[in-house]
Amino acid sequence: MERTKKIGLIVYILFLMIPIYWLINLSLQPNRDIMGSFSLYPQNLTFDNYRRIFTEAGWARGYLNSLIYVLMNTVISITVALPAAYAFSRYKFIGDKHLFFWLLTNRMAPPAVFLLPFFQLYQTVGIFDMHIAVALAHCLFSIPLAVWILEGFMSGVPKEIDETAYIDGYSFPRFFVFIFIPLIRSGIGVAVFFCFMFSWVELLLARTLTSVDARPISVVMTRSISATGVDWGMLAAAGVLTLIPGALVIYFVRNNLARGFALGRV
Amino acid sequence: MNKVENNRAWFLVLPVLLLVAFSAVIPLMTVVNYSIQDILDPHTRFFVGDEWFREMLRDSQLQSALGRQLIFSFSVLAIQIPLGIAIALCMPTRGIWVAISLVLVALPLLVPWNVVGTIWQLFARGDIGLLGVTLNSIGIEYNYTRGSTAAWFTVLAMDVWHWTSLVVLLCYSGLRAIPDAYYQAARIDGASRIAVFRYIQLPRLAGVLTIAVLLRFMDSFMIYAEPFVLTGGGPGSSTTFLSQHLATMAIAQFDVSRAAAFSLIYFLIILAISWVFYTIITRATKD
Repeated sequence: MERTKKIGLIVYILFLMIPIYWLINLSLQPNRDIMGSFSLYPQNLTFDNYRRIFTEAGWARGYLNSLIYVLMNTVISITVALPAAYAFSRYKFIGDKHLFFWLLTNRMAPPAVFLLPFFQLYQTVGIFDMHIAVALAHCLFSIPLAVWILEGFMSGVPKEIDETAYIDGYSFPRFFVFIFIPLIRSGIGVAVFFCFMFSWVELLLARTLTSVDARPISVVMTRSISATGVDWGMLAAAGVLTLIPGALVIYFVRNNLARGFALGRV
Repeated sequence: MNKVENNRAWFLVLPVLLLVAFSAVIPLMTVVNYSIQDILDPHTRFFVGDEWFREMLRDSQLQSALGRQLIFSFSVLAIQIPLGIAIALCMPTRGIWVAISLVLVALPLLVPWNVVGTIWQLFARGDIGLLGVTLNSIGIEYNYTRGSTAAWFTVLAMDVWHWTSLVVLLCYSGLRAIPDAYYQAARIDGASRIAVFRYIQLPRLAGVLTIAVLLRFMDSFMIYAEPFVLTGGGPGSSTTFLSQHLATMAIAQFDVSRAAAFSLIYFLIILAISWVFYTIITRATKD
């Protein structure tokens, strides 16, 4: 039984890794090799594609821009989702169920048409092409998710802890920050991972709400598609580099994920 | 947990409400506004009521895109949910391999969506891609830019590659939350593996599965960037799913009013199906 499990997992991971290996393989080849012939490993190993990304203008800036708005989004989402999740897990209030489902419906708007009013709204408010614009727009889907995840963790904390703290004379803010938040640390880790992930990979809103100053890496990447054709090597190298921040985040929250959580129903 | 009735809890929810409403309400109202007018240019527009909605509902292209979309989304769920649960059961529970397999499994989730398309485009090409070359060399005729079946299965394989790990991660965390006492009790009763899965693990996964099913349904129903990069909706319209159809209407033909009516219909379809899923799963776990 243990053997079948191991084999199943290894087959699955191989299935995941082979396309990524292919991307890395291509990123280490010059363009004429990529288009010229098929080979399982780089015939003429070169780091040129990477060198160009680090030296040519725009690329590094693109990474930085993406990281900035993703971090802003994560911080905003978690900060506002914490008290909201507490409210959902501890209290009944008028409209709680409807509010929760409404939050979720914001993930369901098909982007193509909504992009135009988004653009107009953010331009009117005067934050177009700023990192905060993308961060706020991504809140639409990251906040509902963060609330859902955190609510699951909070429901697992016995209510007696709250009551004891209040009897001991803690005010709500002090109790929340110093007692409650440390108790649901792993929940925060998991929520951070999901906010980070969905914001990092999102493309359409990020592209619509930026032009020059806050241009994300995924948009910079489309530059390598020029009149002379696609610069596959550069594209592959840039793709490999986009994997790194996410891999770091998952590494940091691995223990939180491994500790386990069972999301409740609201 | 029995919750206390307290309407002051609204104050705790208020920041979330305001932030989300800021980005949600005005764009939605604007789209509703587009959908009931005929916009000729920025200064000339007429009120047309439900005309676009009627037209869109009768549109045969839209209907076939919706059909393709439904088949695609349900195939995605039918593969990814069982596969995700199975892999989650296979994951190690202690030791160094936990961290390694978590990082490896999560990796496809963290690839920007246009890069996912690019990876698969390069990976599946018949002349220079590993998958394409392998399939062709073992005698399967495979060219995703020409054959519509090949294109469809490539998009499906790409989505399985990209997203199954989301289900794996959620289920893995759900499984880890089951106290050991449950398993010990099952061992004493001499329960079979299947019984353990059916009566202990599956019910305890209901919460994470709700979110996994909903997320996978919503995102696959709105899939855009990946097939756009990989196949561009072709060959023919075999991989033109709803959002691509919508994007062509809104951007290429710049038919904002019709596209707005269409997106509202689209939105309502997602809403309705998600509600059904949500209700079914929450009902099932109450028993």
